Amino acid sequence: MEHRQLKEIDFEPLHLKQSEAEKIVGESTSYWKDAWRRFRKNKLALFGIIIILLLAVLAIMGGPISGHNYYENQLLEANQPPSGTHWFGTDNLGRDVFARTWYGAQISLFIGLMAALIDLIIGVIWGAVAGFFGGKVDEILMRIADVLYGVPYLLVVILLLVVLPQNLWTLIIAMTITGWINMARIVRGQVMQLRSEEFIMASRSLGASNTRILRKHLIPNSLGPILVTLTLTIPSAIFTESFLSFLGIGVQAPLASWGTMSSDALPALQYYPNQLFFPAVFICLTMLAFNVIGDGMRDALDPNER
Amino acid sequence: MIKYLLKRIGYIILSLFLIITVTFILMKAAPGGPFASERASTPAIEAQMNEAYGFNDPIHEQYFSYLINAFTFDFGPSFKYVGQEVTEIIGRSFPYSLILGLEAIFIAISIGVLLGVIAAVKHNKFGDYLAMVIAVLGISVPSFIMAAILQYIFAIYLQVLPIARFESFAHTILPAAALATTPLAFIARLMRSSMLDVLNRDYIKTAKSKGLSERVVTYKHALRNAILPVVSYLGPLVVSILTGSFIIEKIFGIPGLGSEFVVSVTNRDYTVIMGTTVFFSVLLLVSILIVDLIYGLIDPRINVTSKEGNK
Amino acid sequence: MSEILEVKDLSVSFDTYGSEVKAVRNVSFQLMKGETLAIVGESGSGKSVTAQSIIRLVPTPPGKFIGGEIRFNGEDLLQKSEKQMESIRGKEISMIFQDPMTSLNPTMTIGKQIAEGLMKHQNMSKKEAHLRGIQLLKLVGIPTPEVRIKQYPHQYSGGMRQRAMIAIALSCNPKILIADEPTTALDVTIQAQILELMRQIQEEMGTAIILITHDLGVVANTATRVAVMYGGKIVETGMVDEIFFEPKHPYTWGLLGSMPKLDKEQEELQVIPGSPPDLADPPTGCPFVTRCPYAMNVCGEHMPSDTSVSSTHEAACWLLDERAPKVDIPESAIVGGNDIYV
Repeated sequence: MEHRQLKEIDFEPLHLKQSEAEKIVGESTSYWKDAWRRFRKNKLALFGIIIILLLAVLAIMGGPISGHNYYENQLLEANQPPSGTHWFGTDNLGRDVFARTWYGAQISLFIGLMAALIDLIIGVIWGAVAGFFGGKVDEILMRIADVLYGVPYLLVVILLLVVLPQNLWTLIIAMTITGWINMARIVRGQVMQLRSEEFIMASRSLGASNTRILRKHLIPNSLGPILVTLTLTIPSAIFTESFLSFLGIGVQAPLASWGTMSSDALPALQYYPNQLFFPAVFICLTMLAFNVIGDGMRDALDPNER
Repeated sequence: MIKYLLKRIGYIILSLFLIITVTFILMKAAPGGPFASERASTPAIEAQMNEAYGFNDPIHEQYFSYLINAFTFDFGPSFKYVGQEVTEIIGRSFPYSLILGLEAIFIAISIGVLLGVIAAVKHNKFGDYLAMVIAVLGISVPSFIMAAILQYIFAIYLQVLPIARFESFAHTILPAAALATTPLAFIARLMRSSMLDVLNRDYIKTAKSKGLSERVVTYKHALRNAILPVVSYLGPLVVSILTGSFIIEKIFGIPGLGSEFVVSVTNRDYTVIMGTTVFFSVLLLVSILIVDLIYGLIDPRINVTSKEGNK
Repeated sequence: MSEILEVKDLSVSFDTYGSEVKAVRNVSFQLMKGETLAIVGESGSGKSVTAQSIIRLVPTPPGKFIGGEIRFNGEDLLQKSEKQMESIRGKEISMIFQDPMTSLNPTMTIGKQIAEGLMKHQNMSKKEAHLRGIQLLKLVGIPTPEVRIKQYPHQYSGGMRQRAMIAIALSCNPKILIADEPTTALDVTIQAQILELMRQIQEEMGTAIILITHDLGVVANTATRVAVMYGGKIVETGMVDEIFFEPKHPYTWGLLGSMPKLDKEQEELQVIPGSPPDLADPPTGCPFVTRCPYAMNVCGEHMPSDTSVSSTHEAACWLLDERAPKVDIPESAIVGGNDIYV
């Protein structure tokens, strides 16, 4: 035996309290704290948040600090390269690209956020109602969603834009008319799954009321996927807006968005690539930032998916 | 099998009926008649034109005649291009779009799957990071900006490929690549996560426990299972290629169906809008049916004949 | 009986978020030709990792082998290259897994899945492998094997899938079969059939079996010897009778106490209070100390060494030290003969 030096006292009973035997090993952290810890580790996602904040500040401040406005034509100063007076140069009508870029940012971000928000509201209500009540209600609501989902999104939006009078709000309406379905499906799936989950049954069998289950279990547990979907809806809405504006059926002059600016700059690509460069870079940067934030959130909120 | 096909075709006809009806209502609700736009025409001429196009008939008669025409694929003449039938326009422009679309689908699937597999096999190593950087960039760069970037690099700066138009295979490379960007990135991500998931499955352990080599396990056991989500993505892929063609054909000056559609929208050329919409719908519904049939072939668990409600 | 496999001082760890989980710590045991060794323990005790280490299926990373040897035919498997391991897996040592629902490839016919190993290890042609596959399916008791061999896993029931798994595992007459909880996912009636099948095949083919389980009922019916694992260590080993009738380790007592018994009037099943130790930071002494009702001061400080009780029976517990107070087996852990041999 290797432990020759052991003394009698070592063989006295060790008085452990029951509570000590039962104590939980390892620190237990809450879901959100844990998620935040994982998210913080994701440098890319933090970078995305910084980008979005910067873009938001510039969208508001950019126009005023440039000393120019977005609509004033100065044909004598058309197609200038970036300079001290026109930081991003001027376009074919002599308008200041810097001022237009940040004005366009306002429009693009506003449409993107607004469309995503409307999708969120309709989608969450639709999906939660379908999932929570199930049965016939679910059948009807989801059939409607399925039918709408079967039609290509951009095609519907374009057809609606042919019919609706053209302004910012009709653009947003056209974009959200079927845009909410994805959110509705996710929320419904989440609610359905949670509803049949054992901990909900356990809580129900302990006599918890519907509202308590909704408040304590369903909402907190489906918040994660909803947030992720919302974050990923924003870049796709920004994309749709710029796509439509590029085609000339989205934002109409004199309003400007990154899409219309790209469209205006494309014919002169060969001679004045800088005119396309700025709006294009900011569309990509915004979409990239939202995408990495969304990915980071998904990784952080869903520990199973990695 | 025959029964299943008939049923699916029945659903397709039903969906088409709905789409035709909705487009008809939408076009009727559209502000300003087709002849009311920029061309300054006298009320007399307008009335005459309306008469010629049957716009003075009661609405339900217009609807029924339209319905019958639509199912026989006769959309009448274009409003804007005098003397041209809608069917003619579609027949002329669709081959361009078809070639471009197939090329883009091929690029998106082959490179997307490859990137995804590399990323999964080299999980958390350099290959994974590189593939995912490419993928996240691909998702973040809209196709029209990708088109401009490609044009600038390959046509203006390097001058190795033609900048626009559709005259030879070389002309198709840039538009097809631009069209493929976003779906390619999407497929790469899909393939990566599906492959990672499959590589953690028990049956992969079983395959390894039989003494099969890493390569056989990856390509024979994992790939076939991991590709299933990509196959289900083929439907959305067709949609994405189709809507992408609206913008890409415009940028590259390709006289395909996508650019005809966009032109008809800006021109409010109603018969062309309706004709192309119905044509797009048929195309999509048929490709989704084909995708489902392929899925049934690859995944033995799905028995096509009893698949209803499975999707 | 001669020794076919020896595991010496095996330690395996896993890297997780900033900490190293020491899943298996200095585990040693031998496997004799033709015997069934049961490794028993609760989830997280390291039994599955031990089993998967033998066939080197522990994913590395995050897993890593810290030390020890696994000697098979006189050679250390841990020193083999991946290529060399491929010719051992399936041919010399094969494995069946817990859940037959997920351990067969859903997009491949059963026949192909059996044939793969045969074609690789025995150089059979496609046709030969097909015919051998039919024989194997017949051997494991699948009716109309000519039809079944062309079917996909989803067309099989759970019990049949596990039979097919056994057919795959046995296809190349391996010397060792590792069965990781082979009956846990099955219905009780099917469980008995599968165990019976394994016993029968062992008799016919002389395969040595390592049976990983948490179910003592399964152990009593199939095993020759038992190793009880707790907290990444083997705490007691012995012949099956020794473990059931003369258990020495308080954890084994706890396990036996939590097993339902026939001939005793029991108010309720005994439970072992507390939860297993955190293997990212394992205790310096006995891993069971926090839950052991007989724990002494020494237990928390020093790891008890293996103490022989008989030539085949060892336990790692300070109670076996001559200086320790004498403790009798608690009433709840006393097992009658009728309890275990069904």
